[in-house]
Amino acid sequence: MWLSFRKPEKFKVYWAEVMREMVSQGIGSLGIIAIISVFIGAVATIQTAFQLVSDLVPRSVVGGITRDSTILEFSPTISALVLAGRIGSSIASQIGTMRVTEQIDALEIMGVNTPGYISGVSMVPLLVIISVLLGLGGGYLACAASNTVSTADYLSGLTDGFNTVIVTVCAVKALAFGFIITSICAYQGFYTSGGALEVGQAATRGVVYSCIMILFADLIISKVLL
Amino acid sequence: MIEVKDIHKTFGENKVLQGITASFKPGKNNLIIGGSGSGKTTLLKCIVGLHEPTQGDVLYDGHNFTDMHFTERVHIRKEIGMLFQNSALFDSMTVEQNIMFPLNLFTDQSKEEKLDRANFCLKRVNLEGKNKLYPSELSGGMKKRVGIARAISMQPKYLFVDEPNSGLDPLTSILIDELIAELTEEYNITTVVVTHDMNSVMGIGDHIIFLYNGQKWWEGTNHEIAHTDNKELNDFVFASKFMKAAREKL
Repeated sequence: MWLSFRKPEKFKVYWAEVMREMVSQGIGSLGIIAIISVFIGAVATIQTAFQLVSDLVPRSVVGGITRDSTILEFSPTISALVLAGRIGSSIASQIGTMRVTEQIDALEIMGVNTPGYISGVSMVPLLVIISVLLGLGGGYLACAASNTVSTADYLSGLTDGFNTVIVTVCAVKALAFGFIITSICAYQGFYTSGGALEVGQAATRGVVYSCIMILFADLIISKVLL
Repeated sequence: MIEVKDIHKTFGENKVLQGITASFKPGKNNLIIGGSGSGKTTLLKCIVGLHEPTQGDVLYDGHNFTDMHFTERVHIRKEIGMLFQNSALFDSMTVEQNIMFPLNLFTDQSKEEKLDRANFCLKRVNLEGKNKLYPSELSGGMKKRVGIARAISMQPKYLFVDEPNSGLDPLTSILIDELIAELTEEYNITTVVVTHDMNSVMGIGDHIIFLYNGQKWWEGTNHEIAHTDNKELNDFVFASKFMKAAREKL
């Protein structure tokens, strides 16, 4: 595994493949992340508003709570769980298929280390950033569509009492989750042997182990950084 | 010259190779033959470094490949071309990109030079004009030929071929065998072919090593194989009625 982190002799050889993977993983996952993020943001806003309807609580608090929960938990964690299924299964099955069709052997003969982590580790944080923005946008849409909280209160709540540490936590989680998804799924794919059945099993194992490790890492990072 | 000395390979309790010592003749077609599970592919993978032998040494021109570090092996690997059983072409790359991949990795040639080399290799395997096709658009025989083109793109000193005839019709099998034999002679390559195809054995077997139960059981040429009294080898080579009839005519 440590050989995977060795600097490649000629990075430009891999550049086209890295770009292709980044487009496949990033653009390919954008749709599902957008849909999930908007709905989660909207639901979080509606449910927070429902629980805080009181004359003693300013309406703008809804915006603040939605912001914190979206940035701290919903966007990084739920996006990562979805991406474990979307990207993780793709990585495990792709590398697994390369293994059983001897493409990995062909790369090893040429002295190429596989797999790479760049595309997964870089794409997950980017998708999480998009998820945060769309989640907060979803909350705005929910406010606009209902009369519980005005959009002005919501926007005011988004900026009130903003603590930058939540962005740091979100970024750390996104990077850690990206690494977890990529490394676990690549490992499962790399050590596949057999045929189509085993490739499917490797993809399933990759997704399940990634999801468990994401939740575990979520707890550790939250405990350490907050 | 490639030499293997006392090669053992064990997977768990399963002893696949049990002390194989052999040398592969330079500029010749060296065939490793044997029944399923006899250890021929494992031996090939030990020679090219895809498996680490449990015991024993692999030597390339006297240099001990087994003891070399990953980075040291790159120098040997530049001189190795390999055709895999399933061709092992990279699905995401076109035919041309597949052939140019080792050149991109190991040389500083310009794009034009690499394209010229790819076109030359494609012409050599009779696949001119197929540059932009993807592996999924090729037949089994064409994939093998692209695999050969990729294997010879770096003008290798050693060519390793794993089951070149598997999944191919008899005519295409013969064409692939002839191509391998021609390239071996043309470029003076040391070729090691793993096969259980008797047409290959009789057609291109300059030097044959027969494995039985993970051991070297017999060694000789395709002329000698017809007259051997080795029971296990006879049972293997002349298992079919066709081969028995062919032997009687010899």
